[in-house]
Amino acid sequence: MADFLVNALIAGLSLALVAGPLGSLVVWRRMAYFGDTLSHAALFGVALGLMLDVSPTLAVTVACVLLAVLLVTLQQRQPLASDTLLGILAHSTLSLGLVTLSFMRDVRIDLMGYLFGDLLAVGSHDLLWIVGGSALVLVLLMLLWRPLLAVTVHEELARVEGLPVTAIRLALMLLIAVVIAVAMKIVGVLLITSLLIIPAAAAQRHARTPEGMAVGASLLGVVAVCLGLAMSWYEDTPAGPSIVVSAAGLFLASFILPRRPA
Amino acid sequence: MSEALVRLEDIHVRFARQPVLEGARLDVRAGEIVTLIGPNGAGKTTLVRTVLGLLKPDRGSVWRKPRLRIGYMPQKLHVDATLPLTVLRFLRLVPGVDRSRALAALTEVGAEQVIDSPLQSISGGELQRVLLARALLREPELLVLDEPVQGVDVTGQAELYRMIGRLRDRHGCGVVMVSHDLHLVMSATDQVVCLNRHVCCSGHPEQVSNDPAFRELFGQDARSLAIYHHHHDHAHDLHGAVLRPHVHDDKCGHRHG
Repeated sequence: MADFLVNALIAGLSLALVAGPLGSLVVWRRMAYFGDTLSHAALFGVALGLMLDVSPTLAVTVACVLLAVLLVTLQQRQPLASDTLLGILAHSTLSLGLVTLSFMRDVRIDLMGYLFGDLLAVGSHDLLWIVGGSALVLVLLMLLWRPLLAVTVHEELARVEGLPVTAIRLALMLLIAVVIAVAMKIVGVLLITSLLIIPAAAAQRHARTPEGMAVGASLLGVVAVCLGLAMSWYEDTPAGPSIVVSAAGLFLASFILPRRPA
Repeated sequence: MSEALVRLEDIHVRFARQPVLEGARLDVRAGEIVTLIGPNGAGKTTLVRTVLGLLKPDRGSVWRKPRLRIGYMPQKLHVDATLPLTVLRFLRLVPGVDRSRALAALTEVGAEQVIDSPLQSISGGELQRVLLARALLREPELLVLDEPVQGVDVTGQAELYRMIGRLRDRHGCGVVMVSHDLHLVMSATDQVVCLNRHVCCSGHPEQVSNDPAFRELFGQDARSLAIYHHHHDHAHDLHGAVLRPHVHDDKCGHRHG
């Protein structure tokens, strides 16, 4: 098997594993649009990273965190609903990123690669970031799993029971930001959220415990990555979109399978 | 006198420049059931949130017994339908709870049959009992119940209040609860606090139920409750502000809003 395919497979699989539990939390907490907004802001982060000559992964993480802070501040200061704010921020940051990139005429970048991913171009340096970042987020998710669940079920109850709710929510935002920075290379900023929520949504119908849904989502993500890469290899389709199409196919299939009796 | 658990004095809270609490006070001791009653917008939930430490008052002093263990039963619980959570798993979100402890708590509140049911599939009355069981699993010194009988039918309500009384006897904890149902709550309470931004009157249910301030707040409902005497030195206008010179009687035709 070609080296670039091995790299792509390892990168895709490590992202799929961490996307299972994180995507389940996103689905339970109805944060899909939030994730989407963060990933749009990621392109702005790329532009900033190129401008300031720092690692794009770091720049994207910082941009996502700044956006999350801006969002929380705006939510508290004015009456517009969250989805309106998210819509404003998502498309403004995406446009800001594109405009900023256009100013840097001496920098040649593959815009399509950032928007839709360029999995087959993952090099060994990228691979280190992707595997390391995914592993770090996965470990933190395991450590924080019970408090994250408690906060998802009832924030005030969690607060009365002594959990540091604000810190836990912030931690979740940071984890999402890191995964977006990591996933950008794989599926691109426009498709990242789908990798979080589609496997989780597909696993939901057949899961009986929160952990069952998280693990199920990881496994379905692994299958989607394998199917997508195979499609890309044999049919010469773009890798990132092929993975998302495979995941969507698995989601539809989850409706055909009969639900286990409770 | 039994041990003091919580003491709030002269609590002032404003939301968006609107006063919600103006000089409210509350005292809760171990083994005592304190019920907050009052019209909508009287600040009952705000006072409860202050007791819980979820809200910092703009002014006033809040004292809690050091390391007070609070069991909180929220008004409602909305868990997203996509989260596969059984009642047992919900109870096990409290650290150190295993199946046998969860079962014991559920049995205590009469809801042991739902232990393996999905949380979203049980009835409103069962959910209230499950929430109460979760509060008990904290081995609380103070139980805080925000409208504990919401969504429960009338027979179930009376039973739930009796159960809260039994739990108090067994665990020796103090109880603060918010309620709308005057009739049922009166028999199950040691102290009634009648709230309308500030404490209008408080005391033993028999005392409060014939307080003019209480009767004015609850109108017809109040008259069917037990009678008692105690003088009140003020009334409220439609915005809840205190009107001192005005003396109320049954004919003056206004109530608290």
